[in-house]
Amino acid sequence: MINNLWLHPSLILILGALGLPFFRGVLRKPYLLLIPVLAFGSVLTMPHGTFGVFRFLDWYVTFGRVDNLSLVFAYIMTLMCIIGTLYGLHVENEFEHMAAWFYVAGSLGVIFAADYLVLFLFWEVMAFSSVFLVWFRKRQQSLATGYRYLLVHTAGGLALLAGFVLRYQATGGDLSFGPVGVDSPTVSTYLIMIGFILNAAVPPLHAWLPDAYGEATVSGAVFMCAFTTKTAIYALARGFAGMEILVPLGVCMALYGVVYAVLENDSRRLLAYHIISQVGYMVAGVGIGTEMAINGACAHAFAHILYKGLLFMGTGSVLHMTGKSKFSELGGLYKKMPMTFVFTMIGGLSISAFPLFSGFVSKSMIITAGFEEHIYWAGFLLLLASAGTFLHTGLKVPYFIWFGKNNCSEETWEKAADPPWNMQAAMGIAAFLCIFIGSYTPYLYNMLPYPVHFEPYTQYHLAETLEILLFTAFGFFLFTKKLAPEPTISIDLDWFYRMGGRGFLWLAKKPIQWTDNAVSEAYRYLGLFPLMTTARFWSWFDWHAIDGVVDGIAKSVRGVGGQVRKVQAGQLQYNIFYAVSIVALLVTLYVFSS
Amino acid sequence: MIVKFIDFLRDRLRLVIRLSYVVLALLVVWDALLVDKHHAHTAIEHYPGFWSLFGFIACVLIIFVSKWYGHLGIMTREDYYDK
Repeated sequence: MINNLWLHPSLILILGALGLPFFRGVLRKPYLLLIPVLAFGSVLTMPHGTFGVFRFLDWYVTFGRVDNLSLVFAYIMTLMCIIGTLYGLHVENEFEHMAAWFYVAGSLGVIFAADYLVLFLFWEVMAFSSVFLVWFRKRQQSLATGYRYLLVHTAGGLALLAGFVLRYQATGGDLSFGPVGVDSPTVSTYLIMIGFILNAAVPPLHAWLPDAYGEATVSGAVFMCAFTTKTAIYALARGFAGMEILVPLGVCMALYGVVYAVLENDSRRLLAYHIISQVGYMVAGVGIGTEMAINGACAHAFAHILYKGLLFMGTGSVLHMTGKSKFSELGGLYKKMPMTFVFTMIGGLSISAFPLFSGFVSKSMIITAGFEEHIYWAGFLLLLASAGTFLHTGLKVPYFIWFGKNNCSEETWEKAADPPWNMQAAMGIAAFLCIFIGSYTPYLYNMLPYPVHFEPYTQYHLAETLEILLFTAFGFFLFTKKLAPEPTISIDLDWFYRMGGRGFLWLAKKPIQWTDNAVSEAYRYLGLFPLMTTARFWSWFDWHAIDGVVDGIAKSVRGVGGQVRKVQAGQLQYNIFYAVSIVALLVTLYVFSS
Repeated sequence: MIVKFIDFLRDRLRLVIRLSYVVLALLVVWDALLVDKHHAHTAIEHYPGFWSLFGFIACVLIIFVSKWYGHLGIMTREDYYDK
């Protein structure tokens, strides 16, 4: 049973999600806020230790490993769940809220898991619930995007599964999840790492991210941008601290995201590429692996969840109100959406690591850790990428949505206005926290896994940051025209599976279908004529002799068939959703009743 | 209020731009004369205004290299995947 009354926050969210359909009308909104607040409360009051140990077949599985590392991630994720739910409070579709909560429950489950079995279970819950946040956009392309997202994550999950099964073999039955031994990596180490870095969107395993996040619902994207990649960072920090290959991978990510952000015309896809860039800092931090670097990766994940959520809320508000997210269809909106502009700007300054904003106190920890370990090239390249971050998220996004050339159609301009109160309140809370973290460092630093010996507000660091940022702004000012939006999409590595899938379809359509046709033609001449003659005889026999008996049965079968058809006619997504919910419920019941 | 403030600045755009230049110049002077560079990680950072130049070059590099790369054929028409 539950040791010392330890209550898993995932359980609160899962049970809360399953209870949601029973709360309608005036009770709906209070209930929507209550459940994430309860989950946050359970994290706040959680003591350190090991909880929720159960026997499952031959193994002991552990649902609750509570230490500094898991707590800092659980804290920010439950907090973000409150903000995200508040932002989407107006959403009528209860399944969207349920999917979001299941998704957060998956993240929290991974964060508290102490062995690979539990980790894998929740890892898959994350993928299979978040895909609904894409499907619920209900555009023509949403369905395909969702399936691509699932496909990629299932592949990643399989790598992870293969990795820990091999590890189980090699270690003689060890399933516990901890440092994997980065000094002597084996095949299993790399497989587990591939599973993790796919979720962290490390190139070349990253293309799912802009694909799915650009297509997700307005509030769905706010959830998605926070959880999948940062849960992966947690898993990497737990298992792969000091894995050297992660440093070059992280630096590549940071630059890759910046380059694609220059080319992007859709504001939410641009932000998605900047997730890749920002998560690159964290991956590099894990690769450096010193106490300061791990602290930096955690601090940056913490700050990132808030400012990236804020940015997605800002651009989401524009999409919610105007129905547009492309720079080539927006512009000049500051008169219509001033509050949204201010909030997005705060997010932009935070991600750019402006002094007094959250990124300033977190990103610099990773870079300083890199310099202290004498990995100079990484330090300088990460600083180069941070110029790109300010260039796009701090300057390009606000400029081409709220200023710049007005590309709005008359309809877009008419519809544009600041969003409903709940969306503004959610942005206000996130904006406040971004500034609070940046201005009052002990709040974040005291939560980090190791003691912090780092002071961001030194004269030198201030001068360095301000020079880089303001001279980047100068460059933007000189070359604004060069950055004017172009109505294009950019080909990324998803080309291979999108076009590869098409190639397979062609193969299925052309050669395989041709063979199939040829075979049926031959069959028609050689086989069908004799068959038909025999059939005619049996048909006569059937008609006159057997029908009487069978008719009754046939009628009842058709009745059942009709019922089944009605169930199937419901949307495919809902059916899968019911199935996943039922499985999750069964697993939860099984675990907590044994 | 926010809109009024932005309009106030936009009406005096030339002045705002000139003030920004002054801020940039002051920043470089501050870096060259006053900033304590004990905490610098490498020797090259001791050159006056090193990070200013770094920031500007970084910005220009990112814009031009990315656009060059994009126009190699990476940027394509929006209905590319629709057939």
